[in-house]
Amino acid sequence: MKENLHRFFRAARGAGVHVSPAESIDAMRAVSTVGLSDRGLLRDALLLTLAKSEDEKKALGACFDLFFASAEPSQTDDEAAAGDEAGEGEDESRDESGQAVPDHSVEGADDSRLAGLGALAQMLLSQDRAAISAAIASASAASSLSDIRYFTQRGIFSSRILEEMGIARLNDDLETLTATNPALAERLSALTDGLRENVRDAVAQALLLYGREEAENLRNEILRNAPLARIEPQRIEEMRALIRRIARRLRERYAKPRKRQRRGHLDVRRTLRRNAAWGSVPFLTAWKRKHRERPKVIALCDVSGSVARVSDFFLLLIHSLHEVVSDVRSFAFSGHLIEVSEVLETKGAEEAMQDIMSRVGFGSSDYGTSFADFERQWMESVTPQTTVIVLGDARSNNLDPGADILRRISERAKRLVWLNPEGRMTWGFGDSEMPRYATFCNVVRQCATAQQLERAISDIVATYH
Amino acid sequence: MADQRPSATPLASIEAVESGLAAQGYIASRQIATAVYLSEKIAKPILVEGPAGVGKTELAKAIASWRGLKMIRLQCYEGLDEAKALYEWKYAKQLLYTQILKDKLGEVLGGAQTLHAALDQLHDFGDVFFSKEFVEPRPLLQALEQPGGCVLLIDEIDKSDAEFESLLLEILSDFQVSIPELGTIAAAMPPTVILTSNSERNLGDALKRRCLHLHIGFPEQKLEERIVESRVAGISQTLRRQLVGFIHEIRTLDLKKQPSVSETIDWARVLVLLEATELGHDMVRDTLNVLLKYESDVEAALPHVTTFVAKAARQNVFG
Repeated sequence: MKENLHRFFRAARGAGVHVSPAESIDAMRAVSTVGLSDRGLLRDALLLTLAKSEDEKKALGACFDLFFASAEPSQTDDEAAAGDEAGEGEDESRDESGQAVPDHSVEGADDSRLAGLGALAQMLLSQDRAAISAAIASASAASSLSDIRYFTQRGIFSSRILEEMGIARLNDDLETLTATNPALAERLSALTDGLRENVRDAVAQALLLYGREEAENLRNEILRNAPLARIEPQRIEEMRALIRRIARRLRERYAKPRKRQRRGHLDVRRTLRRNAAWGSVPFLTAWKRKHRERPKVIALCDVSGSVARVSDFFLLLIHSLHEVVSDVRSFAFSGHLIEVSEVLETKGAEEAMQDIMSRVGFGSSDYGTSFADFERQWMESVTPQTTVIVLGDARSNNLDPGADILRRISERAKRLVWLNPEGRMTWGFGDSEMPRYATFCNVVRQCATAQQLERAISDIVATYH
Repeated sequence: MADQRPSATPLASIEAVESGLAAQGYIASRQIATAVYLSEKIAKPILVEGPAGVGKTELAKAIASWRGLKMIRLQCYEGLDEAKALYEWKYAKQLLYTQILKDKLGEVLGGAQTLHAALDQLHDFGDVFFSKEFVEPRPLLQALEQPGGCVLLIDEIDKSDAEFESLLLEILSDFQVSIPELGTIAAAMPPTVILTSNSERNLGDALKRRCLHLHIGFPEQKLEERIVESRVAGISQTLRRQLVGFIHEIRTLDLKKQPSVSETIDWARVLVLLEATELGHDMVRDTLNVLLKYESDVEAALPHVTTFVAKAARQNVFG
């Protein structure tokens, strides 16, 4: 049973439930307390010890049902083994069940024709279903089926299991039978096909149980490095989820230490005053508080054409960082510039982007006019604490780039960061004004994938700590 | 005194937990009972999450009164720290004692010839003022010091700061605390620890790892009927059924705050006071504010009242 539980823990990890060794020990203890007789109770006990949130409970519940649905036929085997274990060693009991089952089936079939055939052939012909599934289960354990990760491994695991079960001997038997007893041979070959199917099912099930984690990781890895601008529409939702996860990670990393470091030097004046009652013997100390500086961000996002998608994700990310970033003002532009902070705060991501797009989107970008708009109306909001982030491809359609305005913004702000979704190779070619802008920026980064986006924002936040 | 320390007798079975809690008027679902049973068996705290008013705090109270243990409650809030949760030195007492003992100290030190000798002698007395008599135990330390064990309820842990969570870790995993001046104080008898959370913020993994995680949601209809039955005296079966049916319908609406079990009980009490025997359309309308706590929710629910009442009444016929 221990073996089974370990496999279940692995399956649980595959289902996205975080199971640490300590938690698995707890689960073991819980299971040994409640026993295995009541499935509902076992389920409750595992849910209580392993899952640590409502989502995890749901995932683990589904995983439990799947796992023990597949394990059902082999359960009898496990129980028998568990029973044997009490008296004998584990190895011994396994050997015994391996041999005892075919013996038993011969008796059950009670057929002299079966003599001289391999164990597997006998098992199949006697149609002892429990024994067959037990054999599949033990063969899968022997070929470490629970290590399966990718769907491409299905073939190799199936053949490994069949080999373990003695398919070679079965084929020999088939050959000899075709010569001596064609009718029986035909039956056996049909049964063999059935066996192959069963094994395939078992492998598919295992892949579903154990392969999920890897598949998920792989998918996320691909998603993380996919260019945001050319992402397929059906994956946008996944991307949003990924961005939200990134935001959570950034929050966890940067929200905490700020609190810890807030105590500054001893405040002598307040300490003396507070302890006046004890003749200024400093029983109670007062401390100065460090002035904490949270990032103030002003984001200017190009929402024309291909940059729009990147801006969308960028705005989603920066606006979900409330706890880390104290003040975000967002502006969107293509032909002219408007403030969009409020739209983003009040509406959902999808709706907000649609709203923004309908107001300024899809025009051809005009950086000069947009910068001028910003300078005219919002220049005062740029303070020495502000980080100004411009997200755009710097392609200004051969119009006035407004680089002098960018210089003035740069002079007022703490930092000016430019994120460009285009590759470095293309900067400066065609109507790209990137080299001209770059001279006024503290940092210029390429920012085309979720990973680059994460690094860029992480750097911006880190400069405040 | 014999019944004062039933914690010495281990829990027999999950059924015993269920019936024991039921005797205190707490109708526990199977999962809750399993959690209580397991927490005793493998000595782990229970972290209870769920919406407000589903009986998270009640659970701790019920366990305490069932097992005849003292309940110590620590209400968490922002800014809760060591001094308020764990222990504090009695500064005033220390000061007072030093003043009173001044002469005594003079005598002790009078014999010393040199400053060095005086210092040595003073060192021998130094620890006197940092001994157990000067420690003011706060809830957490109190819980550890109970000789017969107790139920420690750490309420709304999500309201406290993240640092406070770390403070709890030692207590939750080893049932002991370290006080720098005194050393480590271990529990005389491991307390039953219940932590509750409304999921206002995500708790740290370290804390979650040390606990059994129990999620109490809104109960199923049958269970809620039993809860109402045990909590509200003199309610007719018809009314109980209709009322719970109605509330389950209300919960399907998109509301700012869903009515939870405590609201169900309050409403049932109100209806009993009004001497209702059946759920009437007008009565529901008049008393809806007991159930729903926001004006907008009441407005959202009002148009559905008629259908829900009819539905609940129909359910009664077939159920």
